[in-house]
Amino acid sequence: MVLALSATAIVVIALLWEVAMPRLEETLERHRARRRRVPGIDYDPGRERRAEQRARALLCSCVNDEEWDMYRELGFLRVWGRLGDGPRAGGVAPLLGAPYAYLIYPHKPIVAYLPQTATLLNEYCVEFPDTTRPYGSARLPDSDDVLAKWMALTGDEERLIASANMHLPGRQVDPNQVRRDLWRLSRWERERLQRDQRRVGGVNAS
Amino acid sequence: MKLLRMKPGHGEVLLAEGDVEDATEELRLIEAFREQLESGMWAAVPTVHAGGRREAQMVKRFEDIPRDAERVIFFPRAAGGAPSPNEQRASPGSRGD
Repeated sequence: MVLALSATAIVVIALLWEVAMPRLEETLERHRARRRRVPGIDYDPGRERRAEQRARALLCSCVNDEEWDMYRELGFLRVWGRLGDGPRAGGVAPLLGAPYAYLIYPHKPIVAYLPQTATLLNEYCVEFPDTTRPYGSARLPDSDDVLAKWMALTGDEERLIASANMHLPGRQVDPNQVRRDLWRLSRWERERLQRDQRRVGGVNAS
Repeated sequence: MKLLRMKPGHGEVLLAEGDVEDATEELRLIEAFREQLESGMWAAVPTVHAGGRREAQMVKRFEDIPRDAERVIFFPRAAGGAPSPNEQRASPGSRGD
């Protein structure tokens, strides 16, 4: 009797082993896979900071003093548009001949607007992805992104605009923020002008 | 003349440097220039105009580069993009930093 029960138990255990083993192996593999260290390039804030410092130095060497001060103090650059018939207007009717400009933010769409009325025209979503991903990221440092946009806009506005995805204002950049930035820009320009006039006045007086 | 390339996580990298008046060095510059353009980069020459106005000149051929240009900057070609708000981050140059 004992022998028969033992034999039955052995058979049952063997059958259960056959059924459960693949599942156990699978569970073990999953556990190992979760714990496995995936080789990759760790994010290094020091490296990113040094990259940004280099990018800022390069940007500073390319733009003029006014533009550099603008970027340093306000966080964006303004570039005047040069296309004869204005940018393709998405938000408003076509604006032939009206002076227009762009605001360049780091890693945000370029915003086209009319300086006279502070009317926002379009957002141009554009990126400069480096597919080689040298440190695991395709993203240029902030100031390099601004410089790339500045060079492309001043060098070949039409090509850059044609490469971008055009959207109505407000898709990614908050229109209220842009209006605040335009107000800050106008105040900044007034103060800069007054400073320059005082300096010229001081030189003339002496 | 210096050929510089913008690089993620690094800033600009010096690719080549040489005197365009020296034939050997010019050939090396041409080779490096073509290599960058063939890998899909855009090239720009920062220029200064009378009155302090600055802009860039986009170049597609080595012959288009002004002979007196000090540097050519390569950067990845533009692509239309619309990253989600989560992918955006504040910039060091922007307000609040």
